[in-house]
Amino acid sequence: MRVSMDIELKDVPGQMLLALQPLSEFKANLITVLHHHQKRTPRKTVPVQLVLETKPESIGAIKAKLEESGIRVVRVGEHRFRESINVVLIGHVVHTGIQDTIDEIDKTGFAEVVDLSLSMPGINLLSSALIRIDAVGKEDLKRALDILKKVSAKKDLLMVLPIDIQA
Amino acid sequence: MKTVRCSILGFGAIGQGVAEVLLMKKEYLESIGLEILVVAVVDSRGATVNPAGVDLADCIARKRTKGTVAIEKLTGVEVIKSVDHELVIETTPTNIVTGGAGLQNMLAAFETGKDVITSNKGPLTLKYKELTEAAKAAGSKFRFEATVGGSMPIINLANEVLAGNRLKSIKGILNGTCNYILTRMLEERASYKDILAESMELGIAETDPTYDVDGIDTACKLVILANAIFGLDVTYKDVEVTGITKITPEALEMAYERGHVIKLIGEVSREKIHVAPRLVPINHPLDVRGTLNVASIDTELAGEITVTGKGAGPIETASAILSDLIAIYGNR
Repeated sequence: MRVSMDIELKDVPGQMLLALQPLSEFKANLITVLHHHQKRTPRKTVPVQLVLETKPESIGAIKAKLEESGIRVVRVGEHRFRESINVVLIGHVVHTGIQDTIDEIDKTGFAEVVDLSLSMPGINLLSSALIRIDAVGKEDLKRALDILKKVSAKKDLLMVLPIDIQA
Repeated sequence: MKTVRCSILGFGAIGQGVAEVLLMKKEYLESIGLEILVVAVVDSRGATVNPAGVDLADCIARKRTKGTVAIEKLTGVEVIKSVDHELVIETTPTNIVTGGAGLQNMLAAFETGKDVITSNKGPLTLKYKELTEAAKAAGSKFRFEATVGGSMPIINLANEVLAGNRLKSIKGILNGTCNYILTRMLEERASYKDILAESMELGIAETDPTYDVDGIDTACKLVILANAIFGLDVTYKDVEVTGITKITPEALEMAYERGHVIKLIGEVSREKIHVAPRLVPINHPLDVRGTLNVASIDTELAGEITVTGKGAGPIETASAILSDLIAIYGNR
């Protein structure tokens, strides 16, 4: 299963290595590491988010091992969203209700718009948006895109999909 | 030495390119046992005919100074029917509404048992089945590598070099004008309109760019690939098409910041034929810039094979025609 884990590292050399050792010991596959070096906690530690793939029975042991090494484990949770995609929308993105477009995806429960960049160069010019959608699985992502396709058609938006997605 | 008598029908940029390449490659062709004797050159105003072989350099010079090669008032079809030869090189302008002179020329060529090599998409987009059946009935060879991707080998690559592989799909950039416009919009952060104007000034876009920018040209090429490689029986109407006219510099920039470029991608498989702007990861094999064309063939045994090359240009297109000519008549 895929698990996200928020940990805190002391700001001294060698801490990251210490954090990764238990993962290697229990053969967990590290998917992403987000090292928030700028965001110190009040405890002066550095927050780090890990996403790893591991057996459910190893999670407890990994957590215990980390804590033994003096690493604070703030949160462990099942990573819900496994699929992610960027989509560009071009047209009267704002006038036709961007919130409503996002809501259509968010209310599914299996997909969410997690990021949005928007550019509106002028009143009579086309706006552009780049949204990132996360979804539970591949099928869910496809269903979310189908919804977005319908909304885009209704709002006369051009939808630019990644090349690896079946158009 | 095998002598192949041929006509060049259509003497615009591509026809002249063919003439130049035949002059350039005369010795090479002879070294592989081929003498290509051009017995007629035809443009929209008439023809130069000489059963002993016309002077190609003189034809090019006359076309450039007088605007025509016409000495006799003969059309392509009349030349096909009245002058003895084996091969018609058909390079008249593409017309995707009626098929234009090209369609008449090709049908007449098959009717009289001649082989045809062409760069003209129009007739193939409209009447692929009719043309291939006519060629087959006449026992004529019919090759058209130059219709898709200019110099970039794709039809012959898929059908001959990759023979035996079942092909799953072909995706790529098949229109250099659109690729140029999208590349430049990103580089300059300039609007579609401004870069289109620049492309027209440089002669990269036509005065009426609709055919390119609306994705029609890409769709026509997909139709040819679908019919010639995937064995489908489709026409332009079977293609879902979206062009690039709505693309904004802001969209290109946002995509770029997330590691993507936007390209007009044509995609053909047995299930779907589709043209639309797509997000392509930077440094992906399909991320080629400027006027380049590119195609990725997804094959059953060989995996993905990608070719890239110049999609237009008289000499580049003539290179594809030359390879078709050698494929038909060369003793390899």
